[in-house]
Amino acid sequence: MAANQAGMKRFYAVFGAVAVIGLGALAYLTTRPQTISIPANVTVQPSDTSGFRGYLKGSPDAPVEITEFADYQCPFCQTFATLQMPTIEERLINTGRLRWRYRDFPLQQHSFSRLAAHSAACADEQGKYWEQHKRIYEGQTEWATTRDAAPMFRRYAQAGGMDLRRYDGCMKAGKYAGRIQASLDEGIQLGVNSTPTLLVGNKLYRGRFDSDAITKLVDSLAPRRAQ
Amino acid sequence: MIYRMSAAFLSLAGLFISGYLYLYKIGRIGSLACGTGGCETVQLSSWSRFAGLEVSLIGVLGYACLLGLSLASLQAGARQWPIRAIAVGAGIGVVFTLYLTYLELFIIHAICRWCVASGVIIVAIFAAALLDQRRQLRTRVS
Repeated sequence: MAANQAGMKRFYAVFGAVAVIGLGALAYLTTRPQTISIPANVTVQPSDTSGFRGYLKGSPDAPVEITEFADYQCPFCQTFATLQMPTIEERLINTGRLRWRYRDFPLQQHSFSRLAAHSAACADEQGKYWEQHKRIYEGQTEWATTRDAAPMFRRYAQAGGMDLRRYDGCMKAGKYAGRIQASLDEGIQLGVNSTPTLLVGNKLYRGRFDSDAITKLVDSLAPRRAQ
Repeated sequence: MIYRMSAAFLSLAGLFISGYLYLYKIGRIGSLACGTGGCETVQLSSWSRFAGLEVSLIGVLGYACLLGLSLASLQAGARQWPIRAIAVGAGIGVVFTLYLTYLELFIIHAICRWCVASGVIIVAIFAAALLDQRRQLRTRVS
């Protein structure tokens, strides 16, 4: 009986130790620093922006161009991208009436904005910018509340069939940090101070927009031809 | 007692593995330590949910139950029901694991090492519960 009790004591001691080690390992995994971070306020090099003026969608011959300054972690930008953009694309971009230019404007208060913008930039290297852009916005509620969004963006890249080795290399190198900073600086110079902000000609439009408002705006700038 | 102790240790290991996979799925852990990359493919597939729940969460709940039952079975004077419940629970787990392994091999075409480890553990718990039952039966007969 005594031997049995001693055996049980030893069992509980070892069991407790294993439980503590396991819990410690899980706690470490959930609190370790972020795997990747994209630095802010980097010095912009001329090579960061050479030939790059935002991500374009639509015909180069479209009569109207709208530049959107947006932040991947901004909820209004997300609503706009997921609910309004499909209609805008169908009505205006695909019909050749509008060209859309997307510029990054990562707000300081959003911890993953630059990372998201950088993930999309790395996807652009593989010709998958708009797919990644869509996935990032669609998944905003999922990644914005995590402690480390980088793995989620990587999952989107994987789901989009990207070469992950190339994607990882691009992310780890922070290759487009300067480009994102340049886009932000340019927005600030133009007077952008919130997202989403649209630039049409020299005029800035701030606030919430819907597809009807954009259609009216395009109609006013380039009236439809009579059918 | 050795089989029940084994079941307790194995349940704890299974709980940690499924907890690790669940934390990954909800974005609390960066990337999975998985040499083949198959873990992410499996975890991100549409098959990683079952009846509206994350499969890894089902694992967490299942192993937590088995752990509780294993510890209950170790208490002095414990009746036979906890070890029987372990046998039933682990048996269901083995069937579920077979289904998940089928999905990995023939539908998803990727193998998650952590899922394989969990599969080995649930089979081992089932075996431990059966061996304990057999030993109890022999003790009673003799």
